Amino acid sequence: MDAPANKISVQGLKAWFGKNEVIHGASLDIPDRSVLAIIGPSGCGKSTFLRCLNRMHELTPGAGSSGKMLLDDRDLYAASVDPVELRRRVGMVFQRPNPFPTMSIARNVSAGLRLNRVPGDHAEVVERCLRQAALWDEVKDRLDAPATGLSGGQQQRLCIARALAVEPEVLLMDEPASALDPIATAKVEDLIHELKQRYTIVIVTHNMQQAARVSDRTAFFYLGELVESGPTEKIFTNPSEQRTEDYVTGKFG
Amino acid sequence: MSALRRRNAVNAFWTAACGAAVLLALLPLASLLWLVISRGVGGLSLDFFTHLPAPVGEAGGGVGNAIAGTLYMVGLASLVALPAGVGAGVYLAERGDGRFGSAVRFTTEVLAGVPSIVVGIVAYGLLVVPMKRFSALAGAVALAILMVPPLARSTEEFVRLVPGTLREASLALGVPAWKTGLRVVLRTALPGILTAALLAVARAAGETAPLLFTALNNQYWNARPDQPTASLTVQIFNYAVSPYSDWHDKAWSAALVLLLLVGLLNLAARLLARGRGGRTA
Repeated sequence: MDAPANKISVQGLKAWFGKNEVIHGASLDIPDRSVLAIIGPSGCGKSTFLRCLNRMHELTPGAGSSGKMLLDDRDLYAASVDPVELRRRVGMVFQRPNPFPTMSIARNVSAGLRLNRVPGDHAEVVERCLRQAALWDEVKDRLDAPATGLSGGQQQRLCIARALAVEPEVLLMDEPASALDPIATAKVEDLIHELKQRYTIVIVTHNMQQAARVSDRTAFFYLGELVESGPTEKIFTNPSEQRTEDYVTGKFG
Repeated sequence: MSALRRRNAVNAFWTAACGAAVLLALLPLASLLWLVISRGVGGLSLDFFTHLPAPVGEAGGGVGNAIAGTLYMVGLASLVALPAGVGAGVYLAERGDGRFGSAVRFTTEVLAGVPSIVVGIVAYGLLVVPMKRFSALAGAVALAILMVPPLARSTEEFVRLVPGTLREASLALGVPAWKTGLRVVLRTALPGILTAALLAVARAAGETAPLLFTALNNQYWNARPDQPTASLTVQIFNYAVSPYSDWHDKAWSAALVLLLLVGLLNLAARLLARGRGGRTA
């Protein structure tokens, strides 16, 4: 059996805000159609790592990065890569649901297509993405209602549907369930299981049980250092590093 | 006296004091409305809105040319001031963190504090003196100078109120930065900006001082920008300072018309603002 090809390969990534280096050299591979969970205490560089993958990190004034990040063996940071194009291939879901308040539910889903001038009325895309995000049955009768009328959990699934509509290959999720109640969290986690059939997913989470439930591989960041990464089961049951064991067993962090 | 009774008494006293303060603040507004309506409503008729002013002692006549002149000059001023004010505000919100941005912000603040009569003198010096005539253009320029600073500041506020997470959401969908600014950030701030624009228009419509020696006045209809032009405010002023009692009555009626015009603009601005609240809640 062939080993799964690596969708993403990161080699010696450093990232900084001004003079403050927040990732001190991280290397890891993410196989295609798998879920990587990134865990670690606040301020350890998890979110920055994620934002380097779709080049959102560099939008902050003074922020920058070095090292190699390959997507399908091509350097994300090559001069020939347009970051705007890249972000259509690498979608992102944020910590807090952020639907566009001026748009209806349906128009939120199709926003990426409409704003990028993809022709058509997108009704099929809207339905497909809302079904994929397990939201269709709850909103199919009010697609033209404002998106802000939805509950927090529904808004977050709407944002996932919106990210799926531009047909990305990779989906980055920055603590997508941290603002949600347990029921909505379970829905989002079920969704991640569904989505990994088609997408490569990288999820940042503070919730260790969540990381154990949803991911194939886990990476542990501490103080800007990638301490350890590997199969999720190994990280949680038999980690190589003492610091990883201390963190996953709750001794600190 | 128990502690509870004492607390209740203190509470009742201060509630009453706050209520009295509200009444005191409302008294001038109520008496103003009462005076203008009671003295002005008698002179209102269709003719008053459509006819030219009548000479002293002659019955009838209206302020049609003054209403048209106010709308004309405010319209001319808006043509320049709305894009300039909104554009400056968007610039300040998006790129205004540097030294140039601070300079622009400081300038708008100073300009916003300049008395309107001074702005009138500036327009007089800039346009009336070289053109050797009073004109609608000079009046419109004076009004435009007054409209830009508050509009720029409130536009900046409304654009800054748009959460950064919306901008990120759009960028993360692969939408270019300029389109994100236009279709997401500005679109979200639009109701607020429209409200600010309407308030600026309403404020300009109520100005007298900058028009006194720029547009002057005109007894007839005028559509040419290089001619003196009537306005409701200057007409009210002229009627009010005249020695004739029938002109005094007309001043009250014209004041009522102006009040209605400005009130309608404010009402429209309120409705827009309420729409915004409903959508972002």
